[in-house]
Amino acid sequence: MFSLKQNSWFIRKVVIWRAVASIAWSVLLLPVTTAVFVLLSRFSLFHPIQWISDCTSLLTASSTIFSLVVLCGVVLITGFFNLEFYTLVPSIPCSRMALLGTVLHPRQCVHSLVYCTMGMLVMWCASVTIGGRYSTLGTPCRQSESGEVVTCLNEYHLFLLLAGAFMGYSHSFLGVVQNMYYVSFQPIQQYKYPRFKGCLPMVVKCSVIQALYSARNFAALYFFFGYVPKTWISSTLNLQIDSSLQPLDSLTGLLDFSLLYHLSISGAFLYLTWYLTVLLFRIYVTEAYSFPVQSTFTEDAEQCLPKVLAEKNTLVMKFLALQDLALLSQHSLSRRLEVFNLSQPGGHPHNWNAISGECLCLLSELTQRLVAHQDAVASNGRVKSQSASSDTRSASSSSSVVSGTEDIAETPRLSVPLRTPGSVFKSSVGGANRVLTAPFTPDVDSPFSSPAIRRLVGQQDPHSPWSGTVQSPHIMRRGPKLWSASTESQSNGSPPGSPATVPSPPAASQKPSFLAQWLQNRREQLPEASSQALFADSQAHIWALQGLSHLVAASFSEDQFGVVQTTLPNILSCLVVLLEAVDRHFKLPHASSKPVRTLCSMGDSTYKTLRFALRAALKTAIYKITTTFGEHLNAVNISTEHRKRLQQFLEFKE
Amino acid sequence: MCSLGVFPAPVTAAQTLFERNNELLSALHPGEHSQACDLPSPQFTRDTLKGHSRPESSSRSVFLDQRDTLWMRSAGAWRDAGLYGLLDEITNSAEEVPRFLAVGSACVLALLRWASSFHGSLFPHLTLSSDEMVAEFSQMLDWSDSALRSFAWHPHTDKFAVALLDDSIKIYKSNSSPTPTLKHRCQRSVCALQWKPLCGSALAVACQSCLLIWHVDPASLSTRPSSGCAQVLSHPGHSPITSIAWSPTGSLLVSASPVDTSMMVWDVAAESAVPLQRVGGGGVTYLSWSPDGSRLLAATPSALFRVWETRMWTCERWPCLKGSCQSACWSPDGGCLLLSMQGERVIYALTFSDLTGGPKAASVVADLSETTFPGPDGDLTVGGEVCSLSWDPRGERLAVLLKGDSQADNHPSVIAVFKTRSSPVFELLPCGFVMGEAGAEPRFMQFHPHFQHGALLTVCWSDGRISHVPFYFSSAGLLGGDSPQQALASNTTNPSSNKLYTEQIS
Repeated sequence: MFSLKQNSWFIRKVVIWRAVASIAWSVLLLPVTTAVFVLLSRFSLFHPIQWISDCTSLLTASSTIFSLVVLCGVVLITGFFNLEFYTLVPSIPCSRMALLGTVLHPRQCVHSLVYCTMGMLVMWCASVTIGGRYSTLGTPCRQSESGEVVTCLNEYHLFLLLAGAFMGYSHSFLGVVQNMYYVSFQPIQQYKYPRFKGCLPMVVKCSVIQALYSARNFAALYFFFGYVPKTWISSTLNLQIDSSLQPLDSLTGLLDFSLLYHLSISGAFLYLTWYLTVLLFRIYVTEAYSFPVQSTFTEDAEQCLPKVLAEKNTLVMKFLALQDLALLSQHSLSRRLEVFNLSQPGGHPHNWNAISGECLCLLSELTQRLVAHQDAVASNGRVKSQSASSDTRSASSSSSVVSGTEDIAETPRLSVPLRTPGSVFKSSVGGANRVLTAPFTPDVDSPFSSPAIRRLVGQQDPHSPWSGTVQSPHIMRRGPKLWSASTESQSNGSPPGSPATVPSPPAASQKPSFLAQWLQNRREQLPEASSQALFADSQAHIWALQGLSHLVAASFSEDQFGVVQTTLPNILSCLVVLLEAVDRHFKLPHASSKPVRTLCSMGDSTYKTLRFALRAALKTAIYKITTTFGEHLNAVNISTEHRKRLQQFLEFKE
Repeated sequence: MCSLGVFPAPVTAAQTLFERNNELLSALHPGEHSQACDLPSPQFTRDTLKGHSRPESSSRSVFLDQRDTLWMRSAGAWRDAGLYGLLDEITNSAEEVPRFLAVGSACVLALLRWASSFHGSLFPHLTLSSDEMVAEFSQMLDWSDSALRSFAWHPHTDKFAVALLDDSIKIYKSNSSPTPTLKHRCQRSVCALQWKPLCGSALAVACQSCLLIWHVDPASLSTRPSSGCAQVLSHPGHSPITSIAWSPTGSLLVSASPVDTSMMVWDVAAESAVPLQRVGGGGVTYLSWSPDGSRLLAATPSALFRVWETRMWTCERWPCLKGSCQSACWSPDGGCLLLSMQGERVIYALTFSDLTGGPKAASVVADLSETTFPGPDGDLTVGGEVCSLSWDPRGERLAVLLKGDSQADNHPSVIAVFKTRSSPVFELLPCGFVMGEAGAEPRFMQFHPHFQHGALLTVCWSDGRISHVPFYFSSAGLLGGDSPQQALASNTTNPSSNKLYTEQIS
């Protein structure tokens, strides 16, 4: 994967250097955050002068310098992981099983392990910096009966180290759940420094809140299971346990204000180090890059906008090129003129043809994806069965709009098994549909859907009554009810609100195992996930729409050779077709339900609302063209239905 | 520089109907009653609109006082009034809590009050209540007293929205289709309205606690769209919102609150906001996006305003001498910005040009100090501070709403209309005063965004009427006019407006 990336000049010349710059800045910021951490960790209200002098002497001590070197190493590794794991298209697990599969993926395991280690390292640095009772793992202590001095286990140090490992793991885990490595683009352009300054309070707040949550969870965890690592460490390292001190895995030991304070401060420091690296990386990677529209030298041709837009392999380059297209179409007259220009020998509008062609290709690809999804999912959230014979399929497609009563009449035949949206996207979907739905089912290739399990579930699927436990949209929509609703369906076989499912005779004799039931329930589709997955890369489409519409609008007065006129019918019909597909998609259940906004998390949840943004951008794009051209659109050669739709836009009736 | 002294004397007795042949004609002239435009002009009286009489938080006074436990009361105080309320509650129930806690909370409370009073002395507007703040910074004159709270024309169609005293919004269209009424639980103290450009349906509403985006389907016949049609956008610490501005391309929405030093740039569809923070000034009161989309004016409550360029979102700081910037408007090509300051009776102009790299100082283009005109029933004094400015989309007429003196009975608020000329030098020429019916004062005005035969000024009056005053003229060679394509489009659709001389309609 990495070798593939290496092929692109853009990765080599731009992305790598941006990553390096972001890491360099993170390293440069380390002394600042460390100083703040030192100040806070040694804070004493009543001895301010001693506090300041302590801190200054500590900051210049050799142990702190060594800690800084270790922290630099941590930042470097974090930066490397950012570069390796970042993604512009989030992976959206369509079911809980898929999510589990992602978490247990070997790559993710390595990631978690590395982050655990890094967390321990940072916490070691923190405990050394705090000093006092936290500084070393072994402390001299006096045995109570014999009175001789032996080395005892310092539980405070161990506590902090384990907390670091825990926080490292939870960071890595939340990174998957919240799509931490998803890099989204801001709606506005800002210079890097103001953007960093604007984001800094949010990052500090997030790291503090996350540290408090983690400290609470870790304290609870340590309270119950703390004795396991403690006895293990003490036995392997041959350290005594000091019985005179209060053990930390007890209520009184944990309710130590100073300990909890230091734990949260160190945790916040740990998270801040990581979050700052992520933030800087995001800022650097999403910075706009200006591609030349055309070059006088042929060897630079592959770096020009028309070529770069057509690039398939380097996603980041394609995204930045589309962003650049959207920006130039709005802000830069001279570059627009280059787009509309004709090639010097020959007089062909190569630039415009390539750019508009690529944008239209992107948009029509999205249209096809949406149509395929709509074909797969019937309008009431169920699917046409691909395994059924052709006549029943037509029956089911005709009855797909009608509600439950006819379904009851149909289900006893059992030639058309009802399926949940979740099960549809899984292995039970056969034939061509599987290929089509593959892009928005990251679940299928997840390691957890191993052949054995797939067989297990697939076997039960057509016969078991649980294959018919259709989650009604009303139940699915309520997030917290998901689990309870599915357990209910386990117990009585027909959940409330779902069309009645009559168990067939073979199903009654063939009771599925508990594991299969459990898996089946977890494999149910998360609400709106498939819709989110469909529009996961829609930022590209939004830019394409913006760029295209602004270029077309600008061509009204700036296009000297009329190059845009030739493609205008294509563009208009493509936009209208996409609009119809999007409109139909929003009629599906869950498609128009708004996601719950997460407050203060470092993970970016922009992808959850991309479909709304795409719809708005599409309408704005069409309006941009219709308001600019006005009545002249009647002279454009497009089909009658499309003209009718455009007339709606001309009258501002959309 | 133009002053009010060279204006033709206002006709006090009758309502101004329209401008024709360079003359503002009023209802006094016989045979001129034919209303030229068929736009709805509804009237709202204060009696028919019942505002909400008491805010939600004061409803506790109707209930009997019941002693809860300290915990319950503290939790309630925390929920209702935040940290202040909690500390206040603890301090007040000193006999139930340990002594050190009561003393400690009293000390913290005193410290907080001192700090906030210090903050308030730096920025006096922070001591105002939320409603007073909206009234202070609204473009509507006498906002708290008016039956009409805000008004907005749709940028592309003959459709306007009016916010009323009872916190509802009505949408009127030119034909006699139903007028939808928008009501929402969060829709309180509406301060500004704006339709989304390049969209048929979206209306942004600046409310006391949040920002509402209504999606009113133009094809629907429903008169009461459900509150499910509204998107609620809110950000902690960003209320009350006193100004909103859509980008001319319709992709971004900027909102401003006088208590928040950052203005929010919303991606409305994604419901995400990017805060743009600049600490100086203590808040943002008024926003105005230039019609070409390249610049954004942001006024603060202090003697300071900023002009943002919208490509990389950097800003220039413009400290003023006296008061804060009260109102502003952009010329249609975005090259010239007219401003009015609080406490000053002049209009300033800033000319932006990409070649020279921006202006160095603002120049005074009009003097609006009090001028007395002799009239049949006593003298009439006109002039004063500017409440709002509006420039018609062709760049030919500038309407200025001048605050009157409510104590003096012959000094009403009036609208002065200037003709503007941008070449060879930028110049304001007198056109006349727009007067209402006897006893009615103008509260708010806005130009129709695409009137075919010149300009159309819509005025909200103090008696709750909305009237339209057309100005018939033909564009003098599109000076500083519209973007060429729009002018071209209007030429093709309406050849009659393309005459060299003012139309002679008899």
